Order: sequence, then structure tokens, then C-alpha cells
Amino acid sequence: MRIADAEHAAAPRGAGPRGEERVRPRLTAAIALGKATATLSRALGWGGGTTVPGRVARVVEPNVVALLSARLRLGSVVVAGTNGKTTTAHLLAHIMRARGRSPVHNRAGANLAAGIASALVAHADVLGRPRGDLGIFEVDEATVPRVVPAIAPRTAVFLNLFRDQLDRYGEIDAIAGLWRSGGAGWARDLGVVANADDPLVADAVRDLPGRLVPFGIEDERHGRPALEHTAEARYCYRCGTAYVYTVTYFGHMGRWRCPGCGAARPEPEFTACDLAPLAPDGSEFAIRERETGGVARVRTVLPGLYNVYNVLAAVAAARSLGVPLDAAAAAVASFAPAFGRAERVLVDGREVRLLLVKNPAGFNEVLRVVLSEGPLPVVLIAINDRTADGRDVSWLWDVDAEMLVGRATRAVVTGLRAGDMALRLHYAGLPRDAIEVEPAYDHALRRALDLAAGGRLYVLPTYTAMLALRAVLQRWGVVRGFWET
Amino acid sequence: MTPVLRICHLYPDLLNLYGDRGNIMVLAQRARWRGVDVAIVEVTLGGTAPSDADLYFLGGGEDRQQRIAADDLAARQGGPLTDAAAAGAVVLGVCGGYQLLGRFYRPAGGGDLPGVGLLDLWTEHPGAGSPRLIGNLVVQPAGDGPALIGFENHGGRTYLGPGARPLGRVVSGFGNNGRDGGEGAVAARVYGTYLHGPLLPKNPVFADRLIREAMERRYPGCELAPLPEVLEEQARASVLTRTGRPAGA
Repeated sequence: MRIADAEHAAAPRGAGPRGEERVRPRLTAAIALGKATATLSRALGWGGGTTVPGRVARVVEPNVVALLSARLRLGSVVVAGTNGKTTTAHLLAHIMRARGRSPVHNRAGANLAAGIASALVAHADVLGRPRGDLGIFEVDEATVPRVVPAIAPRTAVFLNLFRDQLDRYGEIDAIAGLWRSGGAGWARDLGVVANADDPLVADAVRDLPGRLVPFGIEDERHGRPALEHTAEARYCYRCGTAYVYTVTYFGHMGRWRCPGCGAARPEPEFTACDLAPLAPDGSEFAIRERETGGVARVRTVLPGLYNVYNVLAAVAAARSLGVPLDAAAAAVASFAPAFGRAERVLVDGREVRLLLVKNPAGFNEVLRVVLSEGPLPVVLIAINDRTADGRDVSWLWDVDAEMLVGRATRAVVTGLRAGDMALRLHYAGLPRDAIEVEPAYDHALRRALDLAAGGRLYVLPTYTAMLALRAVLQRWGVVRGFWET
Repeated sequence: MTPVLRICHLYPDLLNLYGDRGNIMVLAQRARWRGVDVAIVEVTLGGTAPSDADLYFLGGGEDRQQRIAADDLAARQGGPLTDAAAAGAVVLGVCGGYQLLGRFYRPAGGGDLPGVGLLDLWTEHPGAGSPRLIGNLVVQPAGDGPALIGFENHGGRTYLGPGARPLGRVVSGFGNNGRDGGEGAVAARVYGTYLHGPLLPKNPVFADRLIREAMERRYPGCELAPLPEVLEEQARASVLTRTGRPAGA
């Protein structure tokens, strides 16, 4: 990559006209009001104030995101994709912190425009001077076209596209279309870090402006025999011919090509190879950089192949910011998982591990990680159908819940749609008396801890169910509020 | 001899958007739990559906996948499906599959998708600016039986001709077109509906009715032993509560 000594350089546009730091009364008012809202929200126990302050600030100054992000000396990185946004953004922030940078980051996963504005407001003084030098923003996949032009990032990371929250997005193709057509207003020198193994992503980003930096896995020993049920991309997006895969890792990730029109997986600039899974406790692998020929060994506590992609993406993004490969890889080793994403909590000396499940592809990967430890006495699954979870729970039937049969003795299910999960498990082949429906979160957690009999308890919640379970753990005094983590 | 239920699943790799394979799992498991063997044939692009299955199923897909499936369906499966339906087989289409059982689907941008015409209905998309019809859906079936419960998510609006009648009346949600209060369609043993969720897990009475009708032809008078429905009732209650309906409605 041609950024060998870019680490200490300001973003090209940083000193330009957008970067000027004159006092703007409306911006000051927006920041002051936003900050007051955040304080009030916490005082009233409404939550962490991760979105409302931004909403308020944007009413006062609609350009708050553009104005504040333009003042970040080293520019910004955005991270988009269905799965892994929060983990990847946290990883990148961790790497950059290890390099002495001070990232401004929407770290609680509030990834709509209001959440990004909230983070910027929280990290600025009332004159609009940022406390931080680099923006790292995870962006909701459908919000990309609206937010990216305002942030004008140096690097945009595209992780993957899976079916998720179809009640909100309608169709996956619609998201790919938004990315595809979003490029018009983007910077010409943008670094486009994109998953080469996902044909949907590769097709969506191929005509974006800037420099494409593909990443992918190359280790056929960890391939699966066939495309999974959850594979989205079976037919070419350009010509409709069925893709041919020589290896698939999960979902529709793999080495793909179209025999009809010749479209194929781009050659990765960053490759993960020589994989040694330490699941459920993480993995170890090598990252190879094509242009420089550099190789670095990485060890991470993040489990599963899906996290190999997240690590690759974060390291590739760090390289685009000028971080040496060795340093990026070394920083990954000290990263502790974020907020419900393989997060570990101790309850009376017993380990509880929270693994967020949002969609079939992610749920399947989490099941593989959880079951890699061997047979389990119990798993706790918590399914909600609030807006942030997706109101439609039909996706549970696309999950390969059959994996649990014979490998988990019991399942405790909770959440607003515990009944739907219980039915799914039953039709998967779990006997009715092995499935316990416990609507109250605290009772479910207690019951599952009892059944775990001192062993590690795996908890698989949807997003708002994770918040609810964390609230229980917080009451028990074992975790901090999510805005404090 | 053990009775056998023969199921034909059409385009499982294209029409599978909303957990549609759950319907196949439910049909198969509920048959097996009654000592019935199940044979499932999957047919996709370029294949030909057998004309001697007892039950045919089509799920829903994204617009692009639905278009790929529609041309193949009309060109290759219309004959076997029409023959099978005429001979008394059950046909069930959900969402996109429902639309393709009709006469045609007219997308917002034109370029009609052909249907197989097993149901006297057509579907049109009212335009790119029109909202999709999305949400929990509760339907009181025509005749008797408990409410049908599920989720709907469709851009197309479906209108029935005189040869089909609605599967039921919308209690909560949008149904066929959000206007006439009808949901789904039925003609003889051909069923179509916008209810996914998927349809059959939370509607075991309807699932058993389909199994019985599918088997009756070759096993006249076949009876299905009752199964415990505790989990089903819990799952139904959660939707009814969320749509503001009392549990047990």
C-alpha cells in the first residue's frame, strides 16, 4: 500500500476549507443542547444518551456530523455490513489507541445518523473542538448513503451482507443497491476495504470511487462441503448464472466465480491463512499483505471464522491509516470483546459468555463456536422482536438449530418471542421436556446458571434481549452500563 | 405398510426468504410423529416437478430471485402442477410463491412475471414509492378453525377473481391488498397466503389439515392422532398479545 508513512500525517482534507475551526454559534448551541440532553437522559435513567443527544443537535445544526467530523485531524473510518460492525470498529479503535491515537467512536453500537452525531457531540467541547483526532464510526447498512458523504471518510470498510431485519430493510438486494449507487458523492481517494469472499459485497463496491483493498480467508482446511442454507448469493448479480464455489467458509463466504460472465472473487490484498481455531476461546492465524509481502501472526480471543474476517478488516483499515502490519497484529492480541459480542462476565465465580445473535448466518456461527467445546448441559437463548431486533422472527427457521440436538441437554428460552424459539428447537428435534420457557429474564438467567452446574454458561440473545439481560447482570452488580464500557 | 407423505419443495434455493423451509419441517415432523414416512423432493432451476407428489410447496423470495424462479416455473412446472392439483394434490404458496400461483405479477417497473394460473388472481406492485405491507398478521379463516397467525412483508397487492375465494378475513394487519379485508386465496386444495413467520409452526391445526388433505387421496379416511400443542399455544399467545388481541382468540 502506498501509505507507508501516512500514520502521522493529517488526512488530506483535514486542513482544507471544511477543516476550519472558526466559532459557529449554531454549532455551539447544538453541542451544548446535545450535551445537556445526554446528562439529563442519564440522570433520568433513560439510558446512555447514545442517540437522543445527536437527534437534538441535528435539529439545531443539521450539518453537525459534517462540521465536527471535518475537524478530526486524521480523518475518519466508517464500518458497514450486516455482521461484525461493532466488533470491527472496536478492534480498529483498540489498534489506533495502542498507536497513541485518540479515536472518536460511536462505541455503544448506535449506528444511525443520530448515534454518530451523539458520539461527535460527546467528544467535542462547546466550541466544536474535538477531543480526539480520528473518527471510527460503525454505520447501519441502510444509512451508508446518507451518512458517508457527511463524514467524508478516508477509509470505508464493507464487511458482509446477510438477510437481517427484513421487516425494516425489505430486501438484501435493496441494501446492496444503496451501497452500489452511493459512491457518487464519495472521495476519489477513499480506501475501500471490502470482503472479497462475499460476492454480494464485492459486486456492490466494485464501481465505488477510490482504491479497492479486498480481504479474504485462504485456508481450505476450514472450508465447508457445500453452501449453507443461509447462503444469500447463489446466482450472479450481473448475469443470473449460478455461482461456482471452490470453497465456502460459512453462509455465502468463499472462493466464488461466475461461469456465465466471468465475475470472480477479487484477489485479496490482505489474506488470513494458516488458521488454528482455538474455539470457543479464540483463534490464531497469519495475515499476509500482498503488496509488501509482509506476514504477521495474530492471536485473538474472538472466536469463530466470522471474527477472522473482523480482525482482517480491522487490520486492513489500520494499514490504510499507516499503522505497520506487525503493530496492528500485535495490538489485536490484547483486545477484549465488546458489549455482548463474546463478552465474558463472572457471576458468583461462574463464567457467563454473551454471544449476540441477530440473523441466521450469525446464529449458525455462534452455535458452532458454542458447541466446539463439546456437549453442554444447557444454553440460554433470548429472542425479542422489538424494532432493533427485527419484528419478524421467521428468521429463526433459517437457523440450523439442529446442531443443538444431542449436543445440548437442555435449552432455557426467554424473551418476548421465547415461544417461537421453543417451537423452532422442538421441530429441530429437541424433546419438549428439554425446552424450558421462562419469560422473566432474571429467572431464566438464574435457572440456566443452576443447570450449568458451575460450568460456563453460554447466553445467546438478540440485541434488545441482550440489553435486558445485561440490565439484570448490572442489577446483580457484575457488569457496568453499556455507555460506560 | 407404513404410509408415506410425498412432498415436493419447489425452488428451495431461490424462494426461501422468510424461514419458508420451516413449513416443510413442520409438515414432515408432524407426519413423522404420527408414524408417517416422509419423502421430500426438491426441484430447482432446470428440473421438472413430479406430477405424483401429495403436496407442493413454494416459498417467497426477493424480487430478483422471484423473477428467475417465475420464468422457470411457468415454462417447466405449470403442466405437472396443474395435473397434480386436478388429481387432488395440495398446493401451498407463501408470499412470492403465492403470487406465482396466480395469473401474473406486475412489478412497479413493468415486465410482467408469468404465473401458473392455479389461482384466479393477479398481483401488482403499486409503484416504487408505495410502502411495503409489513407487520404481524392475524386472519380468521373462512369456515371454521382458530385464527391463522404470522407475519407479512410484501410490496405487491393481490386481487382475487371470481374463481378464488379468500383464505380468511384480516383481523389485524394488511392481507392481500390492505383494502378489501381479504387474505390469501383458496380454490379446491390450492392455497396461497401472505402469512409467513413461517406459516405452519404456529398454525398446527392448519398444518394438520394440509397433511390430511394431502394423504386422503391415497389413504382414504386417514386420521391424525392429536399432538400436544403447549409450545404452539405459547408462541401463538405472544403474537396475539403483540397485536393487542387476547390470548386464545
